[in-house]
Amino acid sequence: MIKGILDLIRNTFTQLITLKMVLHHTFSPPDTVQYPEQMPYLPPRYRARIILTRDPDGEERCVSCNLCAVACPVDCIVLQKTESEDGRWYPEFFRINFSRCVMCGMCEEACPTYAIQLTPDFEMCEYDRSNMVYEKEHLLIDGCGKYPGYSFWNVSGKTISGKDKGEAENEAEPVDVRSLMP
Amino acid sequence: MPTIIVDGISYQVDANDNLLEALLGLGLDLPYFCWHPSMGSIGSCRQCAVIQYQDEDDQQGRLVMSCMTPVTEGAILSIDAEPAAEFRSAVIENLMINHPHDCPVCEEGGECHLQDMTVMAGHSMRHYKGLKTTHRNQYLGPLLNHEMNRCIACYRCVRYYQDYAGGTDLAVFGSRGRVYFGRHEDGVLQSEFAGNLVEVCPTGVFTDKPLSERYTRKWDLQSAPAVCTGCSMGCNISVAERYGELRRIHNRYNSEVNGYFLCDRGRFGGGFVNHEDRIRRCGVRNASGVYDPVSKQQMLEKVSALISAAGSKVVAIGSPRASLESNHLLGKLVGRENFYSGLSGREQSIINAIYAIQQTGGARIPTLREVEAADAVLILGEDVTNTSARLALSLRQTVRNRSKEMANQIQIPLWHDAAVRKLAQDEKSPLVLVTASEDRLEDVSCLTHRAGPDDTARIGYAIANIIDNRYSRPADLTDNEQTLAASIASILKNAEKPLIISGSGSLNLAVVEAAANVAWALKGENKDSGLIYCVPECNSLGVTMLHDGNSNNLDDLLSGSDDIDVAIVLENDLYRRAGSTAINSWLGKVKNLVVIDQLDNPTASVATLVLPAASFAETEGTLVNYEGRAQRSFAAFLPQGDIQGSWQWLLDIADQVGTQKFGSIRQFDQVTEDIAAQNAALSGVTKAAPDASYRSGAGQKIARMTHRASGRTAMVADVTMYEPQQPVDNTSALAFTMEGANLIKPGEVPSSLTPYIWSPGWNSNQAIIKFQAETGGALTDSDPGVRLIATASPVADLHTRHTTIPAITRHQGGSLQLVPGYHLFGSEELSAYSKAIAELTPRGYFAVHPDVAGQLGVADHDGLETQINGANVQLEVVVSESVARQCVVYSYGIDATGELVHEKRGTFKKAESWESSRPSNLIMSDR
Repeated sequence: MIKGILDLIRNTFTQLITLKMVLHHTFSPPDTVQYPEQMPYLPPRYRARIILTRDPDGEERCVSCNLCAVACPVDCIVLQKTESEDGRWYPEFFRINFSRCVMCGMCEEACPTYAIQLTPDFEMCEYDRSNMVYEKEHLLIDGCGKYPGYSFWNVSGKTISGKDKGEAENEAEPVDVRSLMP
Repeated sequence: MPTIIVDGISYQVDANDNLLEALLGLGLDLPYFCWHPSMGSIGSCRQCAVIQYQDEDDQQGRLVMSCMTPVTEGAILSIDAEPAAEFRSAVIENLMINHPHDCPVCEEGGECHLQDMTVMAGHSMRHYKGLKTTHRNQYLGPLLNHEMNRCIACYRCVRYYQDYAGGTDLAVFGSRGRVYFGRHEDGVLQSEFAGNLVEVCPTGVFTDKPLSERYTRKWDLQSAPAVCTGCSMGCNISVAERYGELRRIHNRYNSEVNGYFLCDRGRFGGGFVNHEDRIRRCGVRNASGVYDPVSKQQMLEKVSALISAAGSKVVAIGSPRASLESNHLLGKLVGRENFYSGLSGREQSIINAIYAIQQTGGARIPTLREVEAADAVLILGEDVTNTSARLALSLRQTVRNRSKEMANQIQIPLWHDAAVRKLAQDEKSPLVLVTASEDRLEDVSCLTHRAGPDDTARIGYAIANIIDNRYSRPADLTDNEQTLAASIASILKNAEKPLIISGSGSLNLAVVEAAANVAWALKGENKDSGLIYCVPECNSLGVTMLHDGNSNNLDDLLSGSDDIDVAIVLENDLYRRAGSTAINSWLGKVKNLVVIDQLDNPTASVATLVLPAASFAETEGTLVNYEGRAQRSFAAFLPQGDIQGSWQWLLDIADQVGTQKFGSIRQFDQVTEDIAAQNAALSGVTKAAPDASYRSGAGQKIARMTHRASGRTAMVADVTMYEPQQPVDNTSALAFTMEGANLIKPGEVPSSLTPYIWSPGWNSNQAIIKFQAETGGALTDSDPGVRLIATASPVADLHTRHTTIPAITRHQGGSLQLVPGYHLFGSEELSAYSKAIAELTPRGYFAVHPDVAGQLGVADHDGLETQINGANVQLEVVVSESVARQCVVYSYGIDATGELVHEKRGTFKKAESWESSRPSNLIMSDR
């Protein structure tokens, strides 16, 4: 009996709070903006359309290690490794199916070379879904994106033309196997 | 079995193991580098440290290297104790100091033992900020990449290459931080087993070069359990695909067959699958000799119209490189009397004899594991390294049995690799070679004799006669032969488990029969003698067993005079098996030649109708290896175009013809069941692997893809946005998807259906330890394959069986004995198409002894010519001391040598207008 009365009072009280909330919103200014006339502010770290970036020397950053593809929860990235004459690994093709992409940014986190980056451009609307499939030529930009100055090949131990053994960061000269020095 | 206590839990372990083997065998995770189950321990990497306590009161314990510590009763150990974990973590941090930041551009990444162990030791960050040591790489040939910076100096590569595989041109150089693993100079690695370095190296110093060209990470490969088609050993392989191309062949462990290792022909010989000469469409030859593509249905209609035309004579030629199923259906389609095995008369008679000998039960047919237990070996007329390479690798272990015996005498445990080798120095178990030309096993043989095939047989007969004088004795034995035979006989009689190896390699029946006599005579002396015959192709024995050793052979057909309306050739290039004159004149009598094959070979290019056949990587099939082990091979991927398995073509043709011969057979498994039902000798083939209805514990098919396969929703997005259903596999228990049983738990999937090896935390092939019943032993779920030839009790009167002894080889009016010389790279038809292998294939040659060269008036780089059955064969001369006199050794399967395989003798003369095209540094044994 007493419990019933207490419940009644509590329920009436919460109803009143709800009413108050609704009335409050009725007289406050709207949050909705008139997109696209009014553009929202998107921070540089906002995760949307994916790009492939280049090294400071203008070559492709992607070494086709496949880590983005395997990190992708919706499996929307495929690529194939090939090798250039100067010894760099690069993707023969690199395809992202944006109609599947959920912009989660796992690929960017997995990328060991800062090649793949997410940009704040989220405006990707197409009438034809096949236009959402981006090949390498659509993804590749001319700059370094968010990470200027970084070049994976300067860190890696592999030789490419213009960077011999021992010339990468923190590398000693190649050893002389024939040396007898202690 | 001793009991040990590890982190408070008691376990029973094998007393002969070291602690590392024991702990890994228990399923515990413990990092290691330098130890390898096949190569024992040397304790150089210090990675497998554990704490051993003195007794229960000991709280502190001491660090021991588990790989160097024998199992002792009641040992109290801890893997997890902090000092041990800290030590292991510090050791790996040191090893990683100079390791480059290469994982993204390293072919090992994703299946790297170093990655796995680093994570296992608890590392995720690099702290070292100093300079890294760097090294220059070497060119090691078309098979392997070298990236020396990645080396952690575990010494596994040199231990494998020198100690295990007997190679001499890979070594460790330099001192302290400068140690360098490589050749003395750039150049092709000479060992036939160099490819195993890819798996032996725990990191990416040695990587698979052909894979690297079209690189795919392990997690993206779609794999299937397959059987190598390179020779008759039947090594188990894992074939992997991506984007419709075969990407690589990896070892698949089978403790009885190949163990951890493959030969380079097996590992790198799959390139033909992607070759530009692949036949991908059905073709009909038009009037101008060009092929018009037709649809599959049109082709079936054409073939069936030809076959079912009234009164037409239809014959079929099978193949020793096609599966049992395809051969069986072909025989069924045309009738047994019109089926020809596809082996030449000469080959067929030898293989029939081999099969008959294997059935007598006079001697064991050892598996490759059992080969390694033999204590004396006699090889009669077979260049094992080039015809059945994996066997040669086992023989290199066999000769170590003497050192193991010595170690046992002074109680050194056999896993104590360095100690056992030091103790033995150069002591080896006896291995005797009687061959016609240089042999790669000479460095481990105690006695090498050079003789042509007939003389080899005579020596064999003489040995058998000395062991047991009831066996026939060759007349007019020379003194040399007599002494040689006596000394070989005494070597064999001193052994407990002598092993005789011969085969069809010398294309000589007498050699095969003589080898049997030796093994049988030894058996009569109560020796546990073994007898191995190497047969030429992956299914030579199978196709022989299919008709119980009574098949018609190719020569029966070619020599026939009947006109033939339709001849169907299954996966067989006839020009490799008979002279072109004989084939061409036979083809004149054939109205329609139907060829079902993979590649556009000479036979396919004279066919009227060409049907594209699937390769071993694209379809199922059962193959029977040298020991009569039936093993099922599965498709890694579905082929494009009109390509389908030969057995499927034959089922479709029969369907179109409307013949009732096939009854209700519609499925692959039904074909296999039919084989078992129709052939008593093959009744076991259905047990080679579970059939298509098999499901794993959770009712699932077995996934060919890993659970991390990537790119599913983008792979075909450039073509269609509608992601198509994955292809459905109705012919096997495997599925072309990543859904299904993914080998998470060892034993969940039968070993014969295991597409690739992976276990949580163990991404490299080393994960196999999780699937073995005991470390380095049989698989939890028993090894794949089923032995079809039962070890019967010996037939009586074996000594009366083989009595036809050839006469001593002499010059006969200037003619010389023709002996095939084999090459791992080039002598086998399909593997020779691989780009990397083609690069290593020598040019065709005639090799002669200097005496013979003098008589013929030729020198190195001259040409020799011979007229054989209307064909003129010209090849370059190689003069070598190591060729038997009275013999001409020719490069089997390379250049125009198909003309020669039929002939025992030939008359040679100098080719007058010969221009050498050979680089000057090639000798026969060079690849």
